[in-house]
Amino acid sequence: MKVQFTCNGQPVEVEAAPTARLLDVLREDLRHTGTKEGCGEGECGACTVRIDGKTVMSCLVPIFQVHGTAVQTIEGLGAEVVHPVQAAMLAYGGAQCGICTPGLCLSAAACLEEVSHPSREQIRLALAGNLCRCTGYQKVVDAVAAALGQEPG
Amino acid sequence: MSHVDVPVYRPRSLDEAVRLRAEHPEATVFAGGTDLMVYLEAGIVRPVAILDLWGLPELRRLRSVTGGQLYGAGLTCTDVIHAPSTHPLVRDAASTVGAAQIQNRATLGGNICNSSPAGDTLPVWLALRAEFELMSVHGTRRVPAAHFWRGYKQTELRPYELLVRILVPPLAGHMHFRKVGTRMAQSISKVVFAGRYVPGVDAALAFGAVGPVPMRCPAAERALVAGARPAEVAALVESEVTPIDDVRSTAAYRRKVAGNIVRRWLESR
Ligand SMILES: Cc1cc2nc3c(=O)[nH]c(=O)nc-3n(C[C@H](O)[C@H](O)[C@H](O)COP(=O)(O)OP(=O)(O)OC[C@H]3O[C@@H](n4cnc5c(N)ncnc54)[C@H](O)[C@@H]3O)c2cc1C
Ligand code: FES
Ligand code: FES
Repeated sequence: MKVQFTCNGQPVEVEAAPTARLLDVLREDLRHTGTKEGCGEGECGACTVRIDGKTVMSCLVPIFQVHGTAVQTIEGLGAEVVHPVQAAMLAYGGAQCGICTPGLCLSAAACLEEVSHPSREQIRLALAGNLCRCTGYQKVVDAVAAALGQEPG
Repeated sequence: MSHVDVPVYRPRSLDEAVRLRAEHPEATVFAGGTDLMVYLEAGIVRPVAILDLWGLPELRRLRSVTGGQLYGAGLTCTDVIHAPSTHPLVRDAASTVGAAQIQNRATLGGNICNSSPAGDTLPVWLALRAEFELMSVHGTRRVPAAHFWRGYKQTELRPYELLVRILVPPLAGHMHFRKVGTRMAQSISKVVFAGRYVPGVDAALAFGAVGPVPMRCPAAERALVAGARPAEVAALVESEVTPIDDVRSTAAYRRKVAGNIVRRWLESR
């Protein structure tokens, strides 16, 4: 089927089987390989993107449900100016191997938009669906808190 | 997974959805897809056609009516977490489903119809004596939550029906929700509990993940209403639940936890 949506503000049209995963369409058809595949079953958050502002696991979204929506991937976050979350991840060493980083940045960006003054607990909750095998999370949470102008804990 | 080009029906109204359901009973009904996509990937479900309910506005409303509250089956966990009038037990259960990315897609209707024994909202509907509105071209029928889950992954829903709304009657009492899993987020329940208690009058002690279907503990409930001590009620709970050993936990652990949840709640009131 033909599916039309916007990806990082650009209108796109793809031809795909309806149950094709948004993750695969992004990586294979649109060549946006910033979105990563970890588990492929909704558990790890490496494939996190935003649809109409809401974070989703793109491995769990069939492409037919993407028709008519606005998708944001890591390529669209801070495309012109580095996003505060990305800057803070760099400054605080919030990334090591980097597989989880695109998803973490999108979850963090969504959290900063949705919750006005998130506590560290709220930040942890917002990132709970993004697993990281390297950093131990402390530096990630420090980075997101810093992006908000808070002191690292 | 092999992806094939199957027909996709995307109704714009509930009437159209119900008509399409009747015309295409073979179609797989999609809501948020958070259960279905995992089944597709595993090859357990192979849709020959798709009926998409995602985003249907009529299914995404929460309204107060004379008989209580009506929750649209298409409300996501995120929707009910944020809605100010959401019942505290419904909010607590929705907050424990997966993590943000799952909550943004996971619907109440999907949780109910997927009918996993560990579905986190299921004991809540039992404890609140909710009724499910099942709609078809023949009309709407209301099935009490207590009769909806008939066996492991088996429900009252007929192939030509859709779950459209959940009615939660106004019930008073102390309420408690507790989920025990491996970690706070993204974990399937080992035991999940929803309780309601009006001292001396009425009690509901409802569990998930301790049997093939979510269940209440009638003997423990009667004892509680009659004034039994927390430890006595907990002992009855432990004898009434019917857990099994599986990948997530053991039957013995689940029994003990089920009793402890109830005892601690009653002692803390
Ligand atoms: C990583 C991960 C973590 C999860 N964590 C939890 C958790 O902590 N707790 C929990 O309870 N669940 C959890 N789940 C399971 C799942 O997210 C929930 O069961 C969710 O509520 C399903 O809703 P959905 O809209 O995505 O359903 P879908 O996948 O779209 O549908 C599920 C089933 O319900 C049917 N259906 C859906 N809506 C209707 C309707 N209106 N009428 C008739 N049939 C319908 C579908 O045909 C399908 O059989 C998790 C899943 C994943 C992948
Ligand atoms: S790849 Fe999608 S959640 Fe892990
Ligand atoms: S930096 Fe390696 S998984 Fe997070």
